[in-house]
Amino acid sequence: MHIPDGYLSPQTYIPLYGASVAFWGIALKKVKREVSVRHVPYLAMAAAFSFLIQMFNIPIPGGTTGHAVGAGVIALLLGPWTAVIAVSVVLIVQAFVFGDGGITAIGANCINMAVVMPFVALWTFNLIRGSSQSGARFVAASFLSSYLGLTAAALCAAFMFGIQPAIASTPDGRPLYAPYPLSIAVPVMAVEHLLLFSIVEGIMTVILMRYFMKNEPSLIYAIKEVSYDKIHLEA
Amino acid sequence: MCSVQGIFSGGIFQKKLWLWLFLMAFLSPLGIILPERFNAQDAWGEWGIDAVDKLLGFIPEGMKKTADLWVAPIPDYSFGGENAALATNIVSYIISGLVGIFITSLVMIIIATLLFRHEK
Repeated sequence: MHIPDGYLSPQTYIPLYGASVAFWGIALKKVKREVSVRHVPYLAMAAAFSFLIQMFNIPIPGGTTGHAVGAGVIALLLGPWTAVIAVSVVLIVQAFVFGDGGITAIGANCINMAVVMPFVALWTFNLIRGSSQSGARFVAASFLSSYLGLTAAALCAAFMFGIQPAIASTPDGRPLYAPYPLSIAVPVMAVEHLLLFSIVEGIMTVILMRYFMKNEPSLIYAIKEVSYDKIHLEA
Repeated sequence: MCSVQGIFSGGIFQKKLWLWLFLMAFLSPLGIILPERFNAQDAWGEWGIDAVDKLLGFIPEGMKKTADLWVAPIPDYSFGGENAALATNIVSYIISGLVGIFITSLVMIIIATLLFRHEK
């Protein structure tokens, strides 16, 4: 769902750039306050992980491809604001170095994958987990967090694609940018994610949560009892 | 304190995670082999300008103007251009994965260093 250059009209991508810059500003402040210096290696690993997992294109036989993003599991492990920064860095590097996603669409892509996805994932996880630390409920929370997170991101991208014909067409009705209306973009992106890509994202999150619960549970942001703010005050 | 050398100085657990990440880079060609094998095309909405022309029979005006705004140094994670052999693409993909690890972690370290510069 990396929107390329030429698919969004300026009246879409400029406000989305503004929104992204606002989220980056908040995220930098939050990360500075909430994340401790000893976690810096994990920040680097989070970005590297998101970059790498996106290289694993998953085919729909005879159809399109898609991939996991990792923003959900990063939000659970290191907090949503860390995910905002790490995934934004990945998207910017992908756009400039690899031509994956447009330069004009960086704001749009960051809102979808680096803002909507981590927050939907964390909210879903908190809602479903309750106070479980293992078992079916914990697995369901982990799976659904990223399943819904990626699906929400895809729907936002579909919405951005789908409104283009309505807001930017020539007088004779030809689209100027992304050509397909909401009635095509939304169902296509919803179905391919609901049935395949988001399932992969969810399974990956379950596996990683298990791995970290077993090996480094004290790291996991989403199961911490006290907030980082409190730790800071006491320290 | 954080520094570029410091990112590998964590305990065994962190070293293991780095190993997994490098392993992912070496496995990443699966991400082009599987789509080729199952005859899957571009992601929906990420078509190049020629593919759009084929789908619609024309290229939207605005798209024509902005689509090729930026020439990336490693377009589509490939050093071989559009019609490169699969072997070239596989090697390109692994190198791209390693380049990606390097650049994204470097940028994160720089951001963290600036954020935490007053802390010990």
